[in-house]
Amino acid sequence: MPPAASTYAGDVDALYYFILYISIFFFTLIVGAMIYFAIRYRRKKGETEAPDGPTHNTFLETTWIVVPVIIVIIIFFWGFRGYMIMSVVPANAMEIKVTGQKWFWTFSYPDGQMTTNELVVEVGKPVKLLMSSKDVIHSMFIPAFRLKRDVLPNRYSITWFEATQIGDYHLFCAEYCGTSHSKMIGTVKVRSSSDFAEWLESLDSAGEGVTPAEYGEKLFTSRACITCHHVDGTVGTGPDLQGIFGHEVELTDGTKVTADENYIRESILDPISKVVVGYQPVMPTFQGILKEKEVDALIAYVKSLGGKDE
Amino acid sequence: MSDSSTHPSYLHHHYGDVDQQREAAKLGMWIFLVTEVLFFGGLFCVYAIYRSWHPEMFINAHHALDWRMGGINTLVLIASSVTMAMAIRSFQVDKPKQGIGMMWATVLLACTFMVIKYFEYSHKFHVGQLPGKFYTYTGIEGTNPHIFFSIYFAMTGLHGIHVLIGIGVILWLMTKARKGSYHSGYYTPIEVTGLYWHLVDLIWIFLFPLFYLIG
Amino acid sequence: MNSTVAAKNGDYTIPKLHYINAAKGLKSWLTTVDHKRIAILYLISVTIAFFLGGIFALLIRLELFKPGEQFYGPDLYNQFFTLHGAIMIFLFIIPSAPAVFGNFVLPLQIGAIDVAFPKLNLASWYLYVIGASFAVYSMLTSAIDTGWTFYTPYSTSTSTAVISMTFGVFILGFSSIFTGMNFIVTVHRLRAPGLTWFKLPLMTWALYATAIIQVLATPVLAITLLLLILEKAFGIGIFDPAMGGDPVLFQHFFWFYSHPAVYIMILPGMGVISDLIACFSRRNIFGYKFIAFSSLAIAFLGFLVWGHHMYTSGQSELSSVIFSFLTFMVAIPSAIKVFNWTTTMYKGSISLETPMLYAMAFIFLFAIGGLTGITLGALSVDIHLHDTYYVVAHFHYVMIGGAVIAFLGGIHFWWPKMFGRMYNNFWSVVAFVFVFVGFNLTFMTQFFLGSKGMPRRYHDYLPEFAQLNGFSSVGALIQGIGYTIILINMIVSLKRGKPAGPNPWGARTLEWEHTTSPPDEHNFDGVPAITHDPYDFRAPK
Repeated sequence: MPPAASTYAGDVDALYYFILYISIFFFTLIVGAMIYFAIRYRRKKGETEAPDGPTHNTFLETTWIVVPVIIVIIIFFWGFRGYMIMSVVPANAMEIKVTGQKWFWTFSYPDGQMTTNELVVEVGKPVKLLMSSKDVIHSMFIPAFRLKRDVLPNRYSITWFEATQIGDYHLFCAEYCGTSHSKMIGTVKVRSSSDFAEWLESLDSAGEGVTPAEYGEKLFTSRACITCHHVDGTVGTGPDLQGIFGHEVELTDGTKVTADENYIRESILDPISKVVVGYQPVMPTFQGILKEKEVDALIAYVKSLGGKDE
Repeated sequence: MSDSSTHPSYLHHHYGDVDQQREAAKLGMWIFLVTEVLFFGGLFCVYAIYRSWHPEMFINAHHALDWRMGGINTLVLIASSVTMAMAIRSFQVDKPKQGIGMMWATVLLACTFMVIKYFEYSHKFHVGQLPGKFYTYTGIEGTNPHIFFSIYFAMTGLHGIHVLIGIGVILWLMTKARKGSYHSGYYTPIEVTGLYWHLVDLIWIFLFPLFYLIG
Repeated sequence: MNSTVAAKNGDYTIPKLHYINAAKGLKSWLTTVDHKRIAILYLISVTIAFFLGGIFALLIRLELFKPGEQFYGPDLYNQFFTLHGAIMIFLFIIPSAPAVFGNFVLPLQIGAIDVAFPKLNLASWYLYVIGASFAVYSMLTSAIDTGWTFYTPYSTSTSTAVISMTFGVFILGFSSIFTGMNFIVTVHRLRAPGLTWFKLPLMTWALYATAIIQVLATPVLAITLLLLILEKAFGIGIFDPAMGGDPVLFQHFFWFYSHPAVYIMILPGMGVISDLIACFSRRNIFGYKFIAFSSLAIAFLGFLVWGHHMYTSGQSELSSVIFSFLTFMVAIPSAIKVFNWTTTMYKGSISLETPMLYAMAFIFLFAIGGLTGITLGALSVDIHLHDTYYVVAHFHYVMIGGAVIAFLGGIHFWWPKMFGRMYNNFWSVVAFVFVFVGFNLTFMTQFFLGSKGMPRRYHDYLPEFAQLNGFSSVGALIQGIGYTIILINMIVSLKRGKPAGPNPWGARTLEWEHTTSPPDEHNFDGVPAITHDPYDFRAPK
């Protein structure tokens, strides 16, 4: 199992191992008996008469019905209890709005800060996730917390956790959602109270102290552009951006445009309007997700990847 | 075992006697009817769920249906069930001509049903009360009125297909009846088709009030 | 009626006339109403389907051998796992045991000349072929990429060939329904005189219980797929949230069929195991009535647990709790069977022929599959394991380790009856070892992948999952070799196998004691007399 990093993870593991050990016990009993009988009662050469074994035994049948029933009822109640704890959100939980879409996660904090594919939380404090999807069904899965909940379009689904260990943990999409389902990966960063407060502040002042292109480079990863657009000459779901700036690009309708600042901006905010030939119109719009200065920074970054100067 | 008096041509070789064959055929048809009930049952489930979510919309939308046409269709189908039962009875008492006549009546009544449905459907197409994304009518209040019509067309459409299949089967039986295949010793295909027909009628008897008479 | 002649040295000969050579030519096969020939038609069809689905499996495991893109990209991968699932489930497992063994063996086991509706039986096969054709057509156009579960709104918004595949499955559903109808009426109406219910072989009981599920559950799949097709074609708005519909409603409808479907997959296999264990322990089955009634209990309870596929879906907590409780209840009848089978071997006279190896492998593998099902039934644990490789491992243990192993056991058991010839024993054991070892290597690793958090339907995975994925892929190759050896062994035996005689295993059920190998076109010489219980090995011959 992954590290147990939430308040209810330990109980899940305890039940899992309980079932595992009971299973191993019964499995050994059954398979052991089977192999033992196969050897002990092996048909002997020249044996003509069939053996006269017992055909039924009501006591045995009753026992091996009643005992398993008792065991599964115990397992049922234990699972039920754990499940109810997972379902009831504590009153003082910090609410984070989660949006799943093809193929990345967006997290909105109470004071308006937003992150992409990165869920930063305070250790020891309950967090409520209010989730919905912009397109198909996704599923929020954080193995270290033993947390999973489907994320639906046109509806909110709610789950919660309280992280117990500082560290970084995987966050996966667990409901098949198309081409880049396996790339819809994020990180949960559990931090101490002071680190968490510092981080929230830094979000507001992000981009200060670095050049636009450097800020853009950070955003390119943290906003998940890199999921589909490579910058090293290789092909991804979207066109490679290395050396693209200033060059002519051919679109699916046969026309050609120059990849200047306006084109990059339009590709980010209204990507379906101009699609490069050979690619599918699957890029989501970042309108409302990126702030103005973030768009500027990304354009600066793409420029810095080389190409023709105007 | 091959004497024609104990082994008539309508007794298939894997059955011991005619009774066994008839009982098997009836059991088979009853099981098939159970599957039909489950098949339509899913649609009734969808109806129940969406009606419970949008009760006013359903009532508003149902005004688009003409209960008189639906009512006539109900009587027409009930009558066709009666004529079908009489057809079976006719063959039971060795009156094949009367039986064929009753089967004609059943087919004509079923066709009447389809004609009335045709008028209902074409009116709806005309005003834009179509299923799903083709819905353009604007005169109904409530959330998502297209859902009512989607369910209406799905259920009555599927029912209509079953009526058509029934007409086809009865016509085919009539051609065989004219050759003298059915008589008091053997009328099983007509009997099991009658069972099917009664279910088709029964399903409509549930559909009619649920769509035409609510509110 | 021709009978086999045992020569002085104990060798048998094939009877001069039997159901295979009773009529010659392709047309006679394509218009047959003989249940035995229809079984062979199905056998050929499902074998093709199995290897086609298997090729997709190998392609999947090839790509997953190492992290990163190895041979092809995610779009193709998504199509491959969808086709693997859809073909294996709808074209192979669900038809296989009922349509192959049921068709061949059921009338023989009850002393009948044929099933109740032989023409409907042939129609079932044609529906299978038509349905499969639509599925293959969809593969060749823009192959579907929704997963075999067709969840909305992904399936209503993707541009791949959803409609042709789901229509194909819709047609296949009718094949299944008609077969179920046929078998129920056959068991009720065509038993030989004196063959009361508790004198029936447990294989017959299992096929009967399966037929009940086929008849009751499949129509719900039919309406679900029809609604999905209408949704895609007309946007009717029942499952698509953009039109006011509910995607979770689709899941309820889908799993209402697909959970009972897994009992369609396993029950006939359990019937095979009952017959095998009794025969190769040469002893009466222990707890006959418990095994018989447990089949009916599984059929009934199986309809009440579909929501255990949906604990994280957004259904109410109360629903999840009820489904979890009922899921534990449905596990009990299967456990009862496993205990009874094992006890049957106590004080038996065990012969480890290849069919018995498969039966024992079944107990081993099905126990693992069933116990991991218990793990998944527990609410809090399932929240973690749902949609991970743990689930993939669980269902392959019950589907391959259970249904396919039982199917292979049945093939190795009834092959001499169906074709009159025995296959090569050495190669059958070699193949068994490849299948058993390969299977465990492929899927035991996946329990660990799942509990560590690797989600399913992933084209690529993080490096920490690499080692186990590597082992799993190697296992798949070993399994594939095993299945291929079986195929070759069986085909070769048709020409070169030794004539097996009417009853090479010494079983006591009607198909072994009263027919030749292969059987005559009309099965029996008159009506067989029922003189002893089906597993009474001490009754006089």
